[in-house]
Amino acid sequence: MTLKSNKEIPIGGLIDEAGSSKKFKTGDWKSFRPITDFSKCINCMMCVCWCPDDCIPTEGNGNDIKRKETDFSVCKGCGICANVCPVKCIKMEEEAKFLK
Amino acid sequence: MTWIFYFNMKEVYEVRIHGRGGQGAKTASQFIAEAALGEGKQIQSFPEYGPERAGAPVKAYTRISDKPITTYAPVVNPDIVIVIDPTLMVSVDVTEGLNDDGILMVNTPKDAEDIKKDTGFKGKVYTINATKIAIDTVGKNLPNTPMLGSFVKVSGVIPIESIKDSIKSKFLKKLGEEKTQATIKGVELAYDGVKE
Amino acid sequence: MKVKALTGTGAGAEAMRQINPDVVPAYPITPQTAIMQKFSTFVADGIVDTELIRVESEHSAMSCAVGASAAGARVMTATASAGLALMWEIVGVASGLRLPIIMAVVNRALSAPINIHCDHSDAMGARDLGWIQIYSESAQEVYENMLIATRLAEKKLLPVMVCQDGFITSHGVENVEIFDDDKIKNFVGEHKYPHALLDIKKPVTHGPLQLQDYYFETRSQQIPVMEESINDYLKIGEELSKITGREYKLFDKYNMDDADVVIVTMNSTAGTTKTAINRLRSEGKKVGLLKLRLFRPFPYKEVAEALKNVKQIIVLDRSVSFGANPPLLGEVKNALFDVKYEGLLHSGVFGLGGRNIFIEDIEDLFNKALDGKLEKSFYVGLRE
Repeated sequence: MTLKSNKEIPIGGLIDEAGSSKKFKTGDWKSFRPITDFSKCINCMMCVCWCPDDCIPTEGNGNDIKRKETDFSVCKGCGICANVCPVKCIKMEEEAKFLK
Repeated sequence: MTWIFYFNMKEVYEVRIHGRGGQGAKTASQFIAEAALGEGKQIQSFPEYGPERAGAPVKAYTRISDKPITTYAPVVNPDIVIVIDPTLMVSVDVTEGLNDDGILMVNTPKDAEDIKKDTGFKGKVYTINATKIAIDTVGKNLPNTPMLGSFVKVSGVIPIESIKDSIKSKFLKKLGEEKTQATIKGVELAYDGVKE
Repeated sequence: MKVKALTGTGAGAEAMRQINPDVVPAYPITPQTAIMQKFSTFVADGIVDTELIRVESEHSAMSCAVGASAAGARVMTATASAGLALMWEIVGVASGLRLPIIMAVVNRALSAPINIHCDHSDAMGARDLGWIQIYSESAQEVYENMLIATRLAEKKLLPVMVCQDGFITSHGVENVEIFDDDKIKNFVGEHKYPHALLDIKKPVTHGPLQLQDYYFETRSQQIPVMEESINDYLKIGEELSKITGREYKLFDKYNMDDADVVIVTMNSTAGTTKTAINRLRSEGKKVGLLKLRLFRPFPYKEVAEALKNVKQIIVLDRSVSFGANPPLLGEVKNALFDVKYEGLLHSGVFGLGGRNIFIEDIEDLFNKALDGKLEKSFYVGLRE
């Protein structure tokens, strides 16, 4: 990635496109990733609510609501989901195992 | 003794350590510096990071010399690169500035040959499963301390005793006798176990 | 004397431990926080007698410092960048009230853009406020400059800021000689502020309104006092030399005697320049360094004397003064005007926002100058 010169960037450090933070894949930062055993998950939504980065998508509504797999492109591996899970179905495992 | 011969060839011995925030890369660089200081050397150790948060890639450096070190410029061509977290190697070029006569040392269960293939590095590669050693000895994923043992073996810049002494003086009060001995055991295992 | 592995902030905290100030108002900001953190452990362990006051902002920190100092306490604090900017109003008050406050400033870039890394814009932005400014190349110098600053502040009744490069010095561990507590305690001495609010036998009021009839007279008192500080700085430095064996001049001359090209700069870059000079000297090139330690008061006469016969001078500033000459260049030019300098004066701006400067960059500048190819003004490491 070549860095730009002072003539190629907007003034005053302006970021001139909307939603650009979506391009920044903070998932690269993690050293551990949360692995969920969906057979044990009771869909209590604790992990969904506590995740500081909103990494866990859901489907359905009301009593039918279910969590989906963690979005690992943004999950930073903080471990809060594993920590708050009341049935301990989330385990933090070394990220290195999942890389090529 | 090969280490004296090597050391006299370069005036300042430079180390670069790669880790993630919270993994102790900076602490490791400081450890090496303090151990060298105990041997009467002139030292520098400093980190390089962006925003302060756990998980972000961090580099830490150590300089060791017999003469006063006057430069405060970054380390450009380290003599040895130590990688504490192998997951970094996907996004960070850990061999940047490392010449072919330098050493790359990685915390990994893989073999040196695999690392050579992954990085394309033509110099000496050493590997040690420091994570496993740490978990086996102190029960925690703290690979930075065992790697000090490997560093000492591979670089020959300071004797292992100075690392052990550093650990004792730093950790005895905080961790107690048992954990300190476990930490030292980790260092010894990594010293013996590092392979090319 | 013990040799310890300390960062610049650690060295600052060690100095504070030995100085044992009465009051320290503390507010954190990267990259100075470690000074306050380390010092607060000394307070918690009862190693010092200091009243550590955790305040809610840097403006409050300096306000608290002013109050405590006026009361008669020996007061120290630390800040950087936006913190110095936030307390700016009261920084001027401290000098106007003639209070001997000592502050460690860990040089960090001012916003915007937000940046946590090193440049000199913070201290330079405050250079007209009437504080003595001492710049430090290394952790060792931070330690010793804090000691000198304490004596100097209390002698002249002027506040002093001791500067060091953010992250480069503040977070870099080096071997630092720490001298015996007793010797340093003796050197620093006791603080007897002559106009203490708490001295009920000599009641005073600090900080009145002064309109057109008296403001000028009061403010003008600071001018000769600042200038005299040059001599006091040197005298106090000589006393410290007896303990440490090192010299504390207005500036250090490195390989200057026969140099054809001399770089003038401050803080850690001076160290890097020394390494570049060593390399070039081994090739027979005549290059040197003037490392300025005292920036305020600026030693115009002495700087002019040292530089007047140098064929080429390169002033390297780690800050800019938008719409004018960079600060260090401006002062050097001023000095050289008085001696009718006839050589070449180059101005370089580098390192803003923590942009690194390499040994090779400095070698390049020297080589270009020696070849007669160096521009009059330039940037180092900027993508233009």
